Amino acid sequence: MHVAIIGNGIAGVTAARWLRKLSDDVRITMISAESDYFFSRTALMYVYMGHQRWEDLMPYEPFFWKKNRIDLLRRYVERVDTNGKVLHFGDGGTLAYDKLVLATGSSPNKFGWPGQDLRRVSGMVSAQDLDNLEEITPEIKAAVVVGGGLIGIELAEMLHSRHIPVSLLVRESSYWSNALPPEESRMVSRHIVSHGINLRHDTELAEIQDDGGGAAGAITTKTGERIECQYVGLTAGVHPNIDFLRDVAELELGKGILVDDYLQTSVPDVYAIGDCAEVRNPRPGRKAIEAVWYTGRIMGETVAYTLLGRPVAYDPGIWFNSAKFIDIEYQVYGEVPAHGRDGLTTLYWEHPDGEKSVRINYEESDGRVVGFNLMGIRYRHEVCEKWIARGTHVEEVLQQLGMANFDPEFYQEYEAEVVELYNRQTGKQLQLRQKRGLKAALQFLNFKRRAPRATATPDAQ
Amino acid sequence: MPSKTTQKSLLQYIGLGLFVLALLTFTAMLGLERYQLSEEDLIDTVAPDPRSVQDGDGEAASTVSAGSSGGTSVQADDAPAQEPVTDVDPKARLIHEIQGDAFREAGRERGLFGTTFGSSFSFSARVGEVFEAAKVRVNERVDRLQEENALPEGVSEWDIRLSDPIYFKQNLAALTAAAERGPVKNNPVLFLGLTIGLGLLGGLLYILPKFRGHAGIKNDHVYHAQLTKGLNLGWRSFFLGVTTVGIIGYGIRYMASDWFWPAVTAATALAIIGLVMFVQHSWRNAPARAADPAGLSAYLGIFAGTYLIGFYVLLYWAPEHVAPWITMVDPLKQGLFGGVASQWFLYGVLYTLIILVMGVRMIAKYRHNKYQIVRTLSVMFFQTAFAFIIPEILGALNKPQQDLKNIWPLDYDFFFGWQLDQFQSAGALGTFMLVWGIFLVIVGVPLMVHLVGKRWYCSWVCGCGGLAETMGDPWRQLSDKSLRAWKFERWIIHGVLVAAILMTALTLYSYFTGAESLLGFQTWKVQKWYGFLIGAGFAGVVGTGFYPLMGNRVWCRFGCPLAAYLGLVQRFQSRFRITTNGGQCISCGNCSTYCEMGIDVRAYAQMGQDIVRASCVGCGVCAAVCPRGVLRLENSSEDAGYRTVPERVIHVSEEEGVVMKF
Ligand SMILES: Cc1cc2nc3c(=O)[nH]c(=O)nc-3n(C[C@H](O)[C@H](O)[C@H](O)COP(=O)(O)OP(=O)(O)OC[C@H]3O[C@@H](n4cnc5c(N)ncnc54)[C@H](O)[C@@H]3O)c2cc1C
Ligand code: SF4
Ligand code: SF4
Repeated sequence: MHVAIIGNGIAGVTAARWLRKLSDDVRITMISAESDYFFSRTALMYVYMGHQRWEDLMPYEPFFWKKNRIDLLRRYVERVDTNGKVLHFGDGGTLAYDKLVLATGSSPNKFGWPGQDLRRVSGMVSAQDLDNLEEITPEIKAAVVVGGGLIGIELAEMLHSRHIPVSLLVRESSYWSNALPPEESRMVSRHIVSHGINLRHDTELAEIQDDGGGAAGAITTKTGERIECQYVGLTAGVHPNIDFLRDVAELELGKGILVDDYLQTSVPDVYAIGDCAEVRNPRPGRKAIEAVWYTGRIMGETVAYTLLGRPVAYDPGIWFNSAKFIDIEYQVYGEVPAHGRDGLTTLYWEHPDGEKSVRINYEESDGRVVGFNLMGIRYRHEVCEKWIARGTHVEEVLQQLGMANFDPEFYQEYEAEVVELYNRQTGKQLQLRQKRGLKAALQFLNFKRRAPRATATPDAQ
Repeated sequence: MPSKTTQKSLLQYIGLGLFVLALLTFTAMLGLERYQLSEEDLIDTVAPDPRSVQDGDGEAASTVSAGSSGGTSVQADDAPAQEPVTDVDPKARLIHEIQGDAFREAGRERGLFGTTFGSSFSFSARVGEVFEAAKVRVNERVDRLQEENALPEGVSEWDIRLSDPIYFKQNLAALTAAAERGPVKNNPVLFLGLTIGLGLLGGLLYILPKFRGHAGIKNDHVYHAQLTKGLNLGWRSFFLGVTTVGIIGYGIRYMASDWFWPAVTAATALAIIGLVMFVQHSWRNAPARAADPAGLSAYLGIFAGTYLIGFYVLLYWAPEHVAPWITMVDPLKQGLFGGVASQWFLYGVLYTLIILVMGVRMIAKYRHNKYQIVRTLSVMFFQTAFAFIIPEILGALNKPQQDLKNIWPLDYDFFFGWQLDQFQSAGALGTFMLVWGIFLVIVGVPLMVHLVGKRWYCSWVCGCGGLAETMGDPWRQLSDKSLRAWKFERWIIHGVLVAAILMTALTLYSYFTGAESLLGFQTWKVQKWYGFLIGAGFAGVVGTGFYPLMGNRVWCRFGCPLAAYLGLVQRFQSRFRITTNGGQCISCGNCSTYCEMGIDVRAYAQMGQDIVRASCVGCGVCAAVCPRGVLRLENSSEDAGYRTVPERVIHVSEEEGVVMKF
């Protein structure tokens, strides 16, 4: 069997790795127009800021692919012929397949702004975007970044590291307020401003103006304000990268490629995973398109089983995510809606320095814990997840809260203050019974003990 | 204007300027002095009159450098040279007569006296000629004595004959010191201020402003800066090759043209290259993801590396050329501890000050991270107190200058005969030092590593680690993360451990049996070669000189036998591991990039696998730089076994769908 995978992002690569793990016989070809090897898209910013080199973004050494017999093709797929089961490349070549996996990722959103196709206007999604930005950087005296999401702040931080004055335009009245609860959202806004980035709340882009030479020279906002800039970063979200699939007759597309519970598209033997997939029946509380690293990884693994005739339904598990807003780390586990919901109670503790917080969400009715949101403090994924999965009572969680703490040694622990806050709000007399430490966490997680230590080298994946 | 550098304040530019000035002065001062030797100084140094009062040279027996870069017994102790002088010793008198006369005559003939030499090079060249001429004369005299059968009872011809010039090195340094004239000799304190003083001031002016602004990860422009971006594999290999060949080549000379051990070393090196490249397929698996920026870049890094390499070469093997540096720190030594400064005192002073100043930098850089702060304060303390001040005080009290935190086999001469004798002759204190040293090896190391991992030593206590974590921090990203580098690492470091054990076994065999050799291997030669190759060449020249070329832990990762020992315990019998936070890793690579030990942390983290690696020194930087809070250094008696299994966080299973393994 020959499986062709379009896209060498985390979704495609995970699928390929698991195919090889589960079967020795399957022939695997992975195609991408973007780069020779898989790289970590999430780390593009670190190359621009000089933290890492391009090579450092590659999680596997080049020989890994040969060793695991995963054929790599650097081609652009122009057309997919699902009847003949053939891919047609931009350079005229073709490739026959038995099963096809679409893992084509996302493209940046553009909302038809005048001037959006000028030179020095770009998104920040691909390796080419990065190269392009590097190339034009000497021309940039000031920059505007449009969009208050995760990529927007990264792009602003990138430009800021090169000492370019940046204005970050955010439509809402605080940063990423459609995903972060208000307190955390305001915390990030404060932090951005304190770094000297010109954060413009309640500001929307109206038009990008030509500098006379076909490149961006300024923008105007919807209120008519003009900001001089030689670069405009468009980071108002992404959408599935599916344009080249529009003429595939039987392939049902929504915003993304529509897939069933087994990640199958409407065409037999064609599957879609990662950012480009739109799940027809998302689990309760989950979105149909979740353009994040982790879901791409889970989908990749799931589809490998299904491809090999061992069907496994896609289950994204309990939601988790993380990010870093300049210097503030952010982790979320479970249900943390930006604007709350009926019946959901929240316990929010914030450090006086205004850069650390713990939020615990639980059901008002029966006290079941449903979500954790952390700013500037690290919590253990597995512990939080197990509490949520079990529906543990918030008071039980609070008394054990230290078990979740994942901050480095010697860091101050704030769990007692969180419990104290709860006591003050409810009149209870809870005590923190568990401090930070691995032993308690492992026992709680009930890991198998006394197994031999792995002798495998990381290369032998 | 966009730029690829970090922003610096005026004060920082001034600091930088002062530092550069200090470095220039420090370098240039070596050329400022003139050398002029008197007859008396020559004779007093090479063949002193046993009847004249001998000043006990407090430094003579010191082989423990304050820097503790693997200990540094680079001295002529092991050469079959003169015995210590006693008043009525006929041997000493004969040496004084015969050698003294020969040197005097040769010196006059070659115009050594009264001539002013413009540099230490012309001076030592002339002394070399004088030595050769004197050697001929001595040999003639000894031949005659032998013909006449006039050698006194108990004196052999070899006590008097001059042997290979390499054994004259120690004298050469002393002669240069005696002959030194000029501004530094006249104003040592002034030069101390202009170099070390100014350097300190400049460094602090540059570093202290770093405490301002936001705390957080400060890696902007690391790979843009000429000093820190490293060079590609080809150029790295070039520097490494030249240095290795140079060291082994000079080693033949160092061993007085006995090429046996240099040849064994070269053969071993080739064997390891063959093993890794061909038996273990690294050749086939090229290209590797090496620490490999494009082309020959990082000119400042190359300059810094070359400077450091040069510094170590001079310090270890040509101290006659650094007399002005030693002269300059002499008042410091006299003022603080009494006695005469040697090159090891100079080294100790520099080493300690660099750890202190760069330690402040480390704290400024990681001021949001308490683990880093505590750890850095710890290495600063252990260097200052244990490696520098306490041994100096012990020396001043005429006690063995033992660095109590230095552990065999890093402290490779701990079991050398003279060292054991010294412990035994130093009363209760000596006995304590001996017992303490053995206790550390047998109980201290395994127990502590079991409890908290090898980090307790490597990144909290050790002097080599201390330098790597402070001065070396700007270069930690240059370690090679390829699988190939890991293969080299395992062969080489365990090879050094085996070498250290065999060398020490031979030493102890000789010590207890009195035999000078075993199976034809002469003990003193094995010791001498180990000290040269590992103690000086690997730990010093390559270990530190290659900071800007191959990262700050070259020695700790590839060479240190103690690290190998600690690592074995850590790998198989320790509570320490780095835990991975569930599925949060985004494979960004920051952890691997900034792991100074070249561990591909990401390879584990992205599979949710806990990390138990022999080489991890527990610096905690991977956990600090991870933007997603994925890593934590932890100790627990709960077994690490299951959690180190690859693909532990299996999200999918056919039966259960997505699961975390609770
Ligand atoms: C700057 C940035 C930061 C991010 N940070 C985070 C984060 O912190 N956490 C998180 O969870 N997520 C983050 N994300 C999102 C995350 O990177 C994506 O969800 C993830 O990379 C999607 O993986 P994928 O495999 O679905 O697609 P992609 O990684 O986008 O890979 C798709 C590949 O397919 C190729 N391709 C597409 N069409 C064709 C064709 N016709 N022919 C040939 N090749 C084709 C593309 O060129 C591309 O290489 C970030 C994204 C960006 C851009
Ligand atoms: S794995 Fe982490 S703690 Fe260990 S040496 Fe590397 S960076 Fe330091
Ligand atoms: S730094 Fe953190 S997120 Fe990045 S690869 Fe390492 S463990 Fe993963």
